[in-house]
Amino acid sequence: MAAPVAIHLEFGGGAELLFNGVKEHHVTLPSQSEPWDVKQLLVWIQQNLLKERPELFVQGDSVRPGILVLINDADWELMGELDYQLQDQDNVVFISTLHGG
Amino acid sequence: MCQVGEDDHELLQRAEVPGVSKKCVKCKEATAAVVIRAGDAFCRGCFKEYFIHKFRAMLGKNRVLFPGEKVLLAVSGGPSSCSMLAQVQEGLRQNAHKKLRFLPGIVFIDEGGAVGQSLEDRRRMAAELQAVFKATGFPFLVVPLEQVLDLPSSVVAAAPAPSERAAGVYKKAVGRFIQRDGGGRQAPLEREETPLADVPECRTLLLQQLVGSAKTLTAREDLLNTLRQHLLVHTARTEGYSKVMLGDSCTRLAVKLLTSISLGRGAQLAQDTGFSDSRYGDIVLVRPMRDYSAKEIAYYNRMFSVPSVFIPGLDTKTRDKSSIQRLTESFVTKLQADFPSTVSAIYRTSEKLQTACTSSSSADHGDRCLLCMCALDTAAENASAFKATLISEQLSQKKPPGAPSAAVPEPAPLEPESAAATGQCCSSGGGEDCGKAAGGGGCCSSAREPESSDLRRLLCYSCQLTIRDMSSVDRLPVYILSEAQRRLRRSQMREQIGEFLLDQGDEGDQRMT
Repeated sequence: MAAPVAIHLEFGGGAELLFNGVKEHHVTLPSQSEPWDVKQLLVWIQQNLLKERPELFVQGDSVRPGILVLINDADWELMGELDYQLQDQDNVVFISTLHGG
Repeated sequence: MCQVGEDDHELLQRAEVPGVSKKCVKCKEATAAVVIRAGDAFCRGCFKEYFIHKFRAMLGKNRVLFPGEKVLLAVSGGPSSCSMLAQVQEGLRQNAHKKLRFLPGIVFIDEGGAVGQSLEDRRRMAAELQAVFKATGFPFLVVPLEQVLDLPSSVVAAAPAPSERAAGVYKKAVGRFIQRDGGGRQAPLEREETPLADVPECRTLLLQQLVGSAKTLTAREDLLNTLRQHLLVHTARTEGYSKVMLGDSCTRLAVKLLTSISLGRGAQLAQDTGFSDSRYGDIVLVRPMRDYSAKEIAYYNRMFSVPSVFIPGLDTKTRDKSSIQRLTESFVTKLQADFPSTVSAIYRTSEKLQTACTSSSSADHGDRCLLCMCALDTAAENASAFKATLISEQLSQKKPPGAPSAAVPEPAPLEPESAAATGQCCSSGGGEDCGKAAGGGGCCSSAREPESSDLRRLLCYSCQLTIRDMSSVDRLPVYILSEAQRRLRRSQMREQIGEFLLDQGDEGDQRMT
């Protein structure tokens, strides 16, 4: 039984437009049996935070190409991308590098 | 995919996920924080060095910026241009290694009117950016795009290029500069900064009508780009800057390259995506960020707190297929996600492009596109594909090409000058002599605003397509229409007295003026 995980989310580069313009979110992921990983976090964001146009943020299992993900200020490619397991008080940043938000 | 040959291995290599907590490949000590290109992981310190060094190397390699020169930085608020601003700031620091030596100024073009932003949003974003600009200490200007309606025709008339500078001149100039003031402090601000003045609503409406008259989003974006460039060049000219720095990143330029090909701008690729763009003659546009991918810029901005403001554009939150630009961007980004060398491959290809016609000083007014100021590429020989499209277009037109345009209501705020232009063409446009009696009848009878079909002759292929997408060309700003009229009159005059000229070409021109 994993404890609830408190995560600090940030959105930048236009991605915040999909979240009512709010750039910073402090969220607490509910506890569940397996540890939270980034793939599940994306699903959770889509269900709970994303206000409109999900196809502009997620694509299939992962984020849409062109959206960068930083975990604790490091490239998520170095952390295992979708398989990285979230720790308490982690900082996850989504930056869009696309023209259209 | 069969992997027999090793040549295509690098190009088609899928992205490999590097191991967790890898060490930096450069210093081999600190933990890596960013993955650049395919598999190179850098730590924060090495990344910062790499980033800063690339900027200096780009400017140093292309010796275009002379010391002491006034350079205008075109900042849109987006990550690339704000990063460029930060790099310039970093480079001008007193104790910087290989200090930069030019005098920067900043311009921000507020396009909120064309995009449909509310006045409060525009003011808020302009205020945020102003705070950023003030912190840099450079003189800055905030120019609303509505000012493009007031530009003089000199913007689209080709200006003479400055004398070509030989390569050796650069080194001498640097030497002289160092001797003279030895890197003294930059002169303090001579003038007050100009905050965003309130734009009268009728101007915004005119601008929206202009942009809205293009039926497709592709044409609208193209038109907006053209107008923005004209305004930038005009601002640079009036404020005394000789160079303009644009913040286009590698990713953005790769998308632009493919988009340009799709839009029919293949002939102008070298100027649209190259490092320096001298189509405007006296003002040279440079793109120092063209070596940075969007990812590198985003990481640098995040890690080293470079402020930027997100300003929504025309294609924000639109679907993938809404415009050619959007579709190409989505294509390139998706490809890049799987094959990380996509963008750099496109970039390397674009570096090899060069303009076909070298001397721009010999090209007179008639040889340049009215809108994009590049050399015309529409000499349609009989067997060319372009000629075929022209013929098929003529055959498929329902109404005869000479019919006057449908009644277009004159917009009320237009100056009386253009209303007079429809009446008599002789007195408008600075009193140009309208030609002798023999040709006088023909000239004065064409006393109407140029139509879409008239403008075609003055435009390059892709600008023709953009104009074709517009419901009426009357919405174009006065400076474009009056320059078009002037050129049409010139070419008519030339046709009429052509047989009386002794020498075709240069000598004939001198005689006419």
